[in-house]
Amino acid sequence: MLDLLYAPFSEFEFMQRALVGVIAIALGGGPVGVFLMLRRMSLTGDAMAHAILPGAAVGYLLAGLSLPAMTIGGLFAGVIVAVAAGLVSRFTALKEDASLAAFYLLSLALGVTIVSLRGSNVDLLHVLFGTVLALDDSTLLLLAAISTVTVLALAVLYRPLVLECVDPVFLRSVSRSGTPTHLIFLGLVVMNLVGGFHALGTLLAVGMMMLPAAAARFWTSDITMMMAVSIVVGIVSGLSGLLLSFHAELPAGPAIILSAGAIYVVSLVLGREGGLLWLAWPGRHLEA
Amino acid sequence: MAQASTIIRFDEVTLGYGRRPAVHHLDGEIPAGTLMAVVGPNGAGKSTLLKGIVGTLKPLDGHIRLKGTASGIAYLPQAAEIDRSFPLSVYDLVAMGLWSRSGLFGGIARRDRARIEEALAAVGLIGFERRPISTLSGGQMQRALFARLLLQDAPVILLDEPFTAIDAKTTADLLDLVRRWHDESRTVVAVLHDLDMVKRTFPQTLLIAREPVAWGETGEVLSPENLLKARRMVEAYDPHADVCHRSAA
Repeated sequence: MLDLLYAPFSEFEFMQRALVGVIAIALGGGPVGVFLMLRRMSLTGDAMAHAILPGAAVGYLLAGLSLPAMTIGGLFAGVIVAVAAGLVSRFTALKEDASLAAFYLLSLALGVTIVSLRGSNVDLLHVLFGTVLALDDSTLLLLAAISTVTVLALAVLYRPLVLECVDPVFLRSVSRSGTPTHLIFLGLVVMNLVGGFHALGTLLAVGMMMLPAAAARFWTSDITMMMAVSIVVGIVSGLSGLLLSFHAELPAGPAIILSAGAIYVVSLVLGREGGLLWLAWPGRHLEA
Repeated sequence: MAQASTIIRFDEVTLGYGRRPAVHHLDGEIPAGTLMAVVGPNGAGKSTLLKGIVGTLKPLDGHIRLKGTASGIAYLPQAAEIDRSFPLSVYDLVAMGLWSRSGLFGGIARRDRARIEEALAAVGLIGFERRPISTLSGGQMQRALFARLLLQDAPVILLDEPFTAIDAKTTADLLDLVRRWHDESRTVVAVLHDLDMVKRTFPQTLLIAREPVAWGETGEVLSPENLLKARRMVEAYDPHADVCHRSAA
């Protein structure tokens, strides 16, 4: 029985690589997802994931399925959209969601136009749904680098990030770090999406950010714990998704996201912090 | 007593949004150690004035000059601007008052922990340290924010309607802190609506209705004539307003 759990990883190198890649994605993506959620930017993450697609597609068209070309293209498109949307929402009357929608639609339309000019659609499936079972050394290094930078950057920016969510007016009265912090954070989101996209594709990359974060919200009301729980949820989803795909012969990317989704639904029902079960049967009220 | 030096000075200051003034041609100065109330009808520019002093709003015209505020201005905006659903403990919220000392990275030393304890004790929130801020009542939240102001240890403290929707007991406790700041020679400027409280506690008052109406000793400023004048403020938004040509200093 236990054999079923570790044999795939001890026997097949591609499974080991997939597991390492997924763990790296969970380490960076979980905490970033928690901040996205607490900053009410969950849909921002989704929109930015789409903004990456045309950039990566341009990289692919110019250089084929090359890691650097598609990474640089994706980062470029994502950062442009994120920074432009962030600046517009800060300095004009347009709110972040509206300005983001405007920019990502623009970049998506532009990307699709470029693809239709000279692309075949076959390899684009690759871009859309990722190749978690075919991660080579350089991709793994990229994923590890992204999660390292993310964890370090979050540690450094922790205070202004938290403060900007809770009390932005106070932050502005004591420090000028608000705007740069926000922009660096958007940069981290883009980096993690690009990393996730190599493994899971643009459409599912955001799943390893938002599902673990949303699940973690139901287990704790402390932000540090929330980040830890989101990482654990991410790793467990990756592990169970890979096993599920191996034994049941399902596509790996969707299996991972489905596992994360299952954990989210269980948390939604059972979670100690506002789960449905506790709402339905809260027990008798206390004395004080 | 020696003449106190000026800590905030307004030179024909106009503050506003777009090109429309919310505070129109304010001129004068606040000596260090002043305990001053800012009163006036809704929309008179009281909150705007505080934003101008903090620096989050640049004057459309004129200058606000600060002297001796290098260690910062502590500013308490209207409570509505805080995200109460954020998973943060009371202790962490209060500890943010140490920002000017600890900055982005600095740790919180043992001495600082003692000061956080003191601040929590001063506002009567001992035992609330681990509570998430989402569980606090309006009055408890205001107590926590005053504890944060205490830790900021700033020479200038700006309070925007600090006692609105706060019960009598909490108001009395927090008002004691305001008096303590005054005794410590800090400069305190508070936007208030309760004129009796202003008369009892605040020696100086600025009555404003977009244009400054009166400024000085509270007893003289809050005369029936001045209050009537303030009430007559034109609230209407004139879509054809002309450019103001009053000279800026």
